[in-house]
Amino acid sequence: MIAWLTRHAQTMVGSLGRLSQQKLATLLTMLVIGIALALPLCLHVLVTNAQRVTGDWNRALEISVFLKRPTSLDEARQIVERVRQRRDVEEVQFVSAEAALQVFRRDSGFGDAIDALSDNPLPHALIVRPSPKYATPADLESLASSLRELASVDVVQLDTAWVNRLDAILAAIGRAVVIATAVLAFGVIVIVGNTIRLDIQNRRAEIEVTKLVGGSDGFVRRPFLYSGIWYGVGGAVLAWIITAIVVAALREPINRIALLYGSNFQVIPMDLATSAKLLLTGAALGWLGSYLAASRHLRNIEPS
Amino acid sequence: MILFDHVHKRYPNGREALSDLSLEIRSGEIVFVTGHSGAGKSSLLKLIALIERPSRGQLIVNGQNVSGVSRSKIPAFRRQIGVVFQDHKLLSDRTIFDNVALPLIIAGVGTKEIGKRVRAALDQVGLLGREQSLPLELSTGEQQRVGIARAVVSKPPLLIADEPTGNLDPDLSIDVMNIFRRFNEVGVTVLVASHDLYLLEHFPVRRVRLEAGRIVDSAAAEPQEASLLDPATLLDREQGEPS
Ligand SMILES: Nc1ncnc2c1ncn2[C@@H]1O[C@H](COP(=O)(O)OP(=O)(O)O)[C@@H](O)[C@H]1O
Ligand SMILES: [Mg+2]
Repeated sequence: MIAWLTRHAQTMVGSLGRLSQQKLATLLTMLVIGIALALPLCLHVLVTNAQRVTGDWNRALEISVFLKRPTSLDEARQIVERVRQRRDVEEVQFVSAEAALQVFRRDSGFGDAIDALSDNPLPHALIVRPSPKYATPADLESLASSLRELASVDVVQLDTAWVNRLDAILAAIGRAVVIATAVLAFGVIVIVGNTIRLDIQNRRAEIEVTKLVGGSDGFVRRPFLYSGIWYGVGGAVLAWIITAIVVAALREPINRIALLYGSNFQVIPMDLATSAKLLLTGAALGWLGSYLAASRHLRNIEPS
Repeated sequence: MILFDHVHKRYPNGREALSDLSLEIRSGEIVFVTGHSGAGKSSLLKLIALIERPSRGQLIVNGQNVSGVSRSKIPAFRRQIGVVFQDHKLLSDRTIFDNVALPLIIAGVGTKEIGKRVRAALDQVGLLGREQSLPLELSTGEQQRVGIARAVVSKPPLLIADEPTGNLDPDLSIDVMNIFRRFNEVGVTVLVASHDLYLLEHFPVRRVRLEAGRIVDSAAAEPQEASLLDPATLLDREQGEPS
């Protein structure tokens, strides 16, 4: 077991050493892989940030509920209590018809005209703030429709149309990111596979000798698999750096736009989980590319 | 150890390199395969190492019929055979130590044990202390001895060598042959292909002579003398009594 581990560690370090002997070629291959991985990664970071913003916007949404006229103040307060009890409601603010009229009189400048009215034309209103846990478009919609079904409720206003639209756009972009990722992942496999194929051709003599002294296909393949993994990991690290630079460059202007819209939104860079996934993805793609190339080309090299 | 039973070898281009060859080599023997260039010596050795497969006939190596050895079993099969080549086939970018260690690494031997056995093998071919050199820093004769060390390091019961002295001058050839003789004395079966007449004259061992893929002469070993192992004595003997 220990011998086996030592052997793998030696092969791993050995293939790294071999790659470092051709620094420029190795770096260029890794750079191509890095760019291929960075493209979907940048999109992913941007979409994640945008989704976070729309989530905030959903959370900031309020539902305005206007009661039928006439509804007594007691009746109105009962409704407020019932709505407040709902799980999906964070807070209910009650604006009585009288309070609304007073505010209107003070702010509108139509004080005298309003005094002339014999009757208060305004309804009682509830301003409902949904619980953040139920801030998805679907939850908001169902909350609004159950409010609508309450007796004495006249009108329920929920302005989610534009948030829905934005969500739909983000979903489409998200799908595009998935497709781009798949295409570019395939590209990475091809790049690594081709690099390994050339490497195998250059080391033909060594492969023949190894097979002659009894090296199995698996043994001969192992260093190439490690090379592939190193290419993938190196590419992932470069992709991380590229993305970090892109995000840093975009952060300033985006924050300025957010500020103009009165939002204190901040672009967040990649978190640890995303970075770990990136590294694993790079390693896996490198392994797969080299596995395919090695399995295909090593079979054909036999001592003669 | 090795049994050829009416073996034919025909290459894809139609060339028949071996025709109806029957030959038995017993465990512990040392045998020369001789014949002119193109007689089929290399083909014979390649069949034993499963580099080529017989077109017809049965070949049994170390108790195994080669026709029963599938592609995936070839590596394990080859690990019981040490092979030495005329061009030694060393890896030029690896040290002598790493070259000799290769069969042990493949067999999964532990690091400490590898060190011991590589040094023992290099000692047997007189190259102890050259572990860290690269092959090109060594003379041709020394490189050939590294090739032999690599072939014997995993202690295979069978050693085959194709023109191992082809590139060496007579003194070095005799050195190399003596190394083979010493392995044979400790029980290794040795099969050497050579058209080096000078060498053949000085080693009175069993010969199998090929001509156009057929055995034309299979002489038994002459009585052996211990003194024959010393090149100096050999040269004296040559001057004194032509064989
Ligand atoms: N791979 C091959 N394909 C076709 N013909 C071959 C091949 N190898 C050897 N031969 C032919 O088989 C014959 C025997 O060759 P070989 O076994 O190399 O003889 P030797 O080692 O005694 O010189 C020669 O005529 C050679 O041209
Ligand atoms: Mg030959």
